[in-house]
Amino acid sequence: MKKYLLFGVRRMADKAVMTGTYFMNGDYACCEGALAAGCRFFAGYPITPATEIAERMSRRLPNLGGIFIQMEDEIASMSAILGASWGGVKAMTSTSGPGFSLMMENIGLGICTETPCVICNVQRAGPSTGLPTLVGQGDMMQARWGSHGHYEVIALAPSSPQEMFDLTIRAFNLSEQYRLPVMIMADEVVGHMNERVVIPRREEIEIVGRRKPKVPPRHYLPYHPDPDGVAPMANCGDGYRIHITGLTHDERGYPGMDEKTQAQMVNRLIGKIVNNRDKIIRTENICLDDADVVVVAYGISARSAKQAVRDARSAGIRAGLIKLETVWPFPETLIRDVASRVRALIMPEINAGQMVLELQRCAGGACPVHLVSHLGGSIIHPATILSAIEDSVKGRK
Amino acid sequence: MKYWRKPLDLESIRASRGKVIIIEERCKGCGFCVAYCPRDVLAMSQAFNAKGYHTPAIIDESKCVNCHFCEALCPEFAIFSIETTEAAQGQSARSRKKNK
Amino acid sequence: MKTKKAEKTVPEHPMEGLIRSERLPHIWCAGCGIGTVFGSVMAAIQKSGYDLDKTAIVSGIGCTARMAGYIRLDSFHTTHGRALPFATGLKLAKPELKVIVISGDGDLLAIGGNHFIHAARRNIDITVICVNNLNYGMTGGQLAPSTPFGAKTTTSVTGCPEEPFNFCYLASACGAVYVARWTSLHIRRLTNSITEAMQKRGFGFVEILTPCPTSFGRRNKIGTALETLKFYHERSLIRNDIDPKEAPIEFGHNIVVGKFVDTERSTFMDNYQLSCKNRIGDWPNSEGTIVPENQAG
Repeated sequence: MKKYLLFGVRRMADKAVMTGTYFMNGDYACCEGALAAGCRFFAGYPITPATEIAERMSRRLPNLGGIFIQMEDEIASMSAILGASWGGVKAMTSTSGPGFSLMMENIGLGICTETPCVICNVQRAGPSTGLPTLVGQGDMMQARWGSHGHYEVIALAPSSPQEMFDLTIRAFNLSEQYRLPVMIMADEVVGHMNERVVIPRREEIEIVGRRKPKVPPRHYLPYHPDPDGVAPMANCGDGYRIHITGLTHDERGYPGMDEKTQAQMVNRLIGKIVNNRDKIIRTENICLDDADVVVVAYGISARSAKQAVRDARSAGIRAGLIKLETVWPFPETLIRDVASRVRALIMPEINAGQMVLELQRCAGGACPVHLVSHLGGSIIHPATILSAIEDSVKGRK
Repeated sequence: MKYWRKPLDLESIRASRGKVIIIEERCKGCGFCVAYCPRDVLAMSQAFNAKGYHTPAIIDESKCVNCHFCEALCPEFAIFSIETTEAAQGQSARSRKKNK
Repeated sequence: MKTKKAEKTVPEHPMEGLIRSERLPHIWCAGCGIGTVFGSVMAAIQKSGYDLDKTAIVSGIGCTARMAGYIRLDSFHTTHGRALPFATGLKLAKPELKVIVISGDGDLLAIGGNHFIHAARRNIDITVICVNNLNYGMTGGQLAPSTPFGAKTTTSVTGCPEEPFNFCYLASACGAVYVARWTSLHIRRLTNSITEAMQKRGFGFVEILTPCPTSFGRRNKIGTALETLKFYHERSLIRNDIDPKEAPIEFGHNIVVGKFVDTERSTFMDNYQLSCKNRIGDWPNSEGTIVPENQAG
């Protein structure tokens, strides 16, 4: 049964999982994915092109017993979702470039205190105020390195409204499992386009919650990791009398102002992601087995790339595509393997070359890496990527 | 306090009495307790703790009325008073005189 | 902790259960007023009767904010200035918690100023304890929005060129339902005030003036912390229930302390529940503040 949900409708569904098939806006799909994943707290600030996520949340959360609060700025939004997460509720915020920059300090706090939450960055062209209503993909390195200090992140890149729904659920699951803020690096086109979104039944959706401590409060160490590197998390009010700080801390959570504690903590923060890369990294690989040229792309550029690869195959070129679902951690092993057996790697990005640097690093010189760059304002035309594929095959570049 | 006659309920009213306990290792020698004790039970001593701070000393415990003001004012949780009886106060004062 | 002569068991400090004593001695200087305020806060928490497992402390960065690390409750030492939005998220996610924000003047009202005015406006049900030592102590004594005009700090060696806030006036203007100012010498009244603020529904604000002998005191030739306490003793005037506008801190004359504001207003959660149930009337006739029937946080 088809249901059309338009923005003007006054009565919104009371179900968290709106099972059905819809023609839906990417931002709305992100909101629905969050609600399906169990998100019941949203603190945000309006910013084009992510405002629709906040708007839909403000209409949906009250009916689901959740809280929506529009905070005074993005810094407050990020702090509020960290607080809500410690209160035991799955929390999320959404923003774009300028707000993402503001959130950086508290993203660092979230990573250091190992707080699960989700941040959706619907990227627009930058730098600074840039092109507020037009697409960009220029925050990719910022997602990785934006906050100060050294740490690991998980970032996902949806390339359609359907993926906005699916990857938001995955983002919540990853954030709960690995206890850190997970970033959804969407872009304005994916956020604002309307496309078919299928929302499955509640039973078909896998939802992961944070691991609770199994020991009584007097034996509990907030940052003593389980074998997979992640410590069980006691929420505030559970009786564990935890102390959580952004200062470098030991397993008790108490600040430790020495290099030994620093090494222990930072290694744990890095290790829990790096040692679990195989479970975190996901790519969609298309026609890789016999490929001569492989395009590596993410976000809306992956849609253009898919078309270009299809066109290339029709023209007889053995092209393949690696669509990055997780952009961070970067699929190093896969790229190393592919680079050793293809003639060229091509990356289209709507920036002057960010993820291509990772691609070059991982290819390690095994094959040439070409960037198809667009600085923002519109998506990359498949024909541009196709001509890059043709050039690389003919050895022109 | 001087009365012109003994109050009729003097026997039934017990003024509270306190025993001061000082955790010397925590003290940082700020002198708040000494300055603000309403009964002048304490004075800064010449002794000092491992960190080099001069700690307070109890000069007349019989005067302590367990008001807890030193306890409330101390920033270091290094001093507190507990309820005791007049007899016990006298006893500890005598035993302190003995140990001197 | 035991005294030197204790072969027999010496009684523990009454607050021992609430202090993370394995972390003592704390980092505050000798004579720092924060230690006293810490004791006062713990006494108030015990007196208020709240379930200690459901009481949370949130702090920012600074000397005062370190209190979160020494108290044996769920405590969160967050980023500079962002204690209030963190506390907002925590309280709204789990309304049965009693959330107390403890931070310094710079953390709450300089970098955190924006969050302060909005948290007060929204009337989030939290208690804010602002320890005012007239400078940024942790970083060595720089000027703050509380630094008196003309005072010497490391970033105003020739005298502070800015006039300070009247924090109580600001809090009251933003809509706080409980506003009080005390000094760290007025411990009993302070403890009562904090207890009252905790038991009050809505945004409670208690400002506490404390000595900062190492930074502010030293640079302004105030002498020891004891001198500052004597100053408080001589110069503070207790004026309850006056308009906080009439209660500035004038170091040349008197420090006005007291409980200035004690009113009722519906909290954010009350109003949110009303809007969820579509019970706010149509604007412009919707009632601004609606006191709810049930008193649940």
